[in-house]
Amino acid sequence: MSVRNLRIEFPTRRGTLVAVDDISFDISPGEILGVVGESGAGKSLTGAAIIGLLEPPGRIAQGEILLEGRRIDNLPYEQLRRIRGRQIGAIFQDPLTSLNPLYSISRQLVETIQTHLPLNDREARTRALALLDEVGIPSAGERIDHYPHQFSGGMRQRVVIALALCAEPRLIIADEPTTALDVSIQAQIISLLKGLCHEHGTAVMLVTHDMGVIAEAADRVAVMYSGRIAEIGPVQEVIRTAKHPYTHGLMGSIPLIGHHVKKLTQIDGAMPRLQEIPAGCPFNPRCEKVMDCCRVERPNLQTVQKSRVACHLFDGADGEARAGE
Amino acid sequence: MFAFIIRRLLQSVLVMLTVALIAFALFRFVGDPINNLVGQDTTLQDRQQLRETLGLNDSVVVQYWRYVVNTAKGDFGYSYMHRRPVKTMLLERMPATLELSIISIILALFIGVPMGVYTGLRRDGFLAKIFMSISLIGISLPTFLIGIMLILVFGVMLRWLPTFGRGEVVAFGIWTTGLLTASGLKALIMPAITLALFQMTLIMRLVRSEMLEVLRTDYIKFARARGLSNRAVNFGHALKNTLVPVITITGLQLGSVIAFAIITESVFQWPGMGRMFIEAVADVDIPVMAAYLCLIALFFVVINLIVDLLYYAVDPRLRIDGGGSGGHG
Ligand SMILES: Nc1ncnc2c1ncn2[C@@H]1O[C@H](COP(=O)(O)OP(=O)(O)O)[C@@H](O)[C@H]1O
Ligand SMILES: [Mg+2]
Repeated sequence: MSVRNLRIEFPTRRGTLVAVDDISFDISPGEILGVVGESGAGKSLTGAAIIGLLEPPGRIAQGEILLEGRRIDNLPYEQLRRIRGRQIGAIFQDPLTSLNPLYSISRQLVETIQTHLPLNDREARTRALALLDEVGIPSAGERIDHYPHQFSGGMRQRVVIALALCAEPRLIIADEPTTALDVSIQAQIISLLKGLCHEHGTAVMLVTHDMGVIAEAADRVAVMYSGRIAEIGPVQEVIRTAKHPYTHGLMGSIPLIGHHVKKLTQIDGAMPRLQEIPAGCPFNPRCEKVMDCCRVERPNLQTVQKSRVACHLFDGADGEARAGE
Repeated sequence: MFAFIIRRLLQSVLVMLTVALIAFALFRFVGDPINNLVGQDTTLQDRQQLRETLGLNDSVVVQYWRYVVNTAKGDFGYSYMHRRPVKTMLLERMPATLELSIISIILALFIGVPMGVYTGLRRDGFLAKIFMSISLIGISLPTFLIGIMLILVFGVMLRWLPTFGRGEVVAFGIWTTGLLTASGLKALIMPAITLALFQMTLIMRLVRSEMLEVLRTDYIKFARARGLSNRAVNFGHALKNTLVPVITITGLQLGSVIAFAIITESVFQWPGMGRMFIEAVADVDIPVMAAYLCLIALFFVVINLIVDLLYYAVDPRLRIDGGGSGGHG
């Protein structure tokens, strides 16, 4: 899956807000791409754009989204719908509200399976049972006809994962799948997700603002700030040798998964609102290493070691020297 | 479940006893029942004797209990005005009111719900905006005005529809129906529309706002993200979640439709219970008024009971035993 120069805008009465600006990344089969960033960085919007569920007035103003080489962002609604669930699955933040309270788990699973696969009722139910087994619901045979309210939060998120896996999608967009869960359950869910995707060769875009989750599960990580990618690279490299000053701040301390002691708050100030993104680098008002050019010129992503970084510190040889100071 | 039904039944009985108490109080405090029964020239002695035979000298509690028992048996006494059993009068009038009310609520549901769904889904559509504007009229115009306007246009000016009465009716035992004759159906059109309009707009606006609410929920977004068809999402998942409030309001409205058919019945001179009640008020015909009160209360109680049971059918969260029943395959 590739995202190329994606730009998401919200036309408003007082001009156009650019919520996601010129984002590009790839996820290869079986790979888990972590996406981190403060709340409002544009992570969810990017995910929504990929599955074609941006809510109006939000729209893709520029760029393209390719799935296995085929462009999908300009498909008509009905064709895109067939891709959703079939080729791209989604998992949302809150398992307590992700399931329709009025229908049994089996009904929701069977409905989803039959939407995408040519199975009769009995076959679909057998598949639903297998899925529940796979996501680790104990005594799935009894539980399958239960209603969502009869499951705990962690169990519901497992059901949600089963629903996302119904038709073996090639890509799963998991938008903060553990944020709403008990800390004790977060690790289980993440390792379940990781295990399943390795088995099935499913690619995952794992959105989170928990660096611990990233360290645990992701192969590569993209750091987003104000709708742009600040840094993207292999997870070990980004964590050990963070290049962008913002990433540095994020890595200030990586809590172990499940230990929510320190979050992304060590950096002074807050991310600017969409209307107030400064010229140049959006991070410049908060940056410790800010230079004059940062307030004027927007940095482009450039390759530094195995990562790509959008920071003027790395502009040419000069930049390398300054970064070393 | 069973305990729940029992509890609700007991509550209903309590409500009915209270209503009966109010109805009973009507007899004691609105005029002297003896005066209402006898002529001016009846002697004091005769009055005393009548008092005794009617049991009016017994204690209040005994009288109340007698009233409850009689009412439960459907014996509402004699109309002061018409000197006939109130029960017979009610039975004559009930079919007209029930037919009108039920047709109205069906009309309101079958037009109001689809319009609500439509305006909820096409929030910014042109037609949706027109529906919303029309619904404002429906909600703000008083019923009698709508009725009179309909009479003026379709009855007086165009002469398409009769302006009063129920048309020809066919009798099945004690039940008379106007639904089987052309003139009966024609006579039903305007009163039914008049009575349905308010309920229809209410239901439409309710369904719309519930739809808007439900469409914003995570489970609808997740249903879309799973690639379910629009039909499955909008009608299978969203609409069903709007049902609980719709059932509540429709149930309550059915009660008030029956109760407030009074106005429509007066405007169209519809021979139903509502008009009988209005006449009874004018004549201070206490037994009729009291019987009407009890009957309307009974309707409300029964409807509420049905509404509660429907909740159970719709929402699995209310079923305490849970699970086990919802299989698909
Ligand atoms: N309907 C909308 N109108 C205007 N701005 C929006 C709308 N929806 C989201 N945004 C903005 O887009 C930005 C990115 O949102 P989001 O992708 O949800 O962030 P996050 O990274 O926390 O998931 C936020 O600043 C938010 O204010
Ligand atoms: Mg988000």
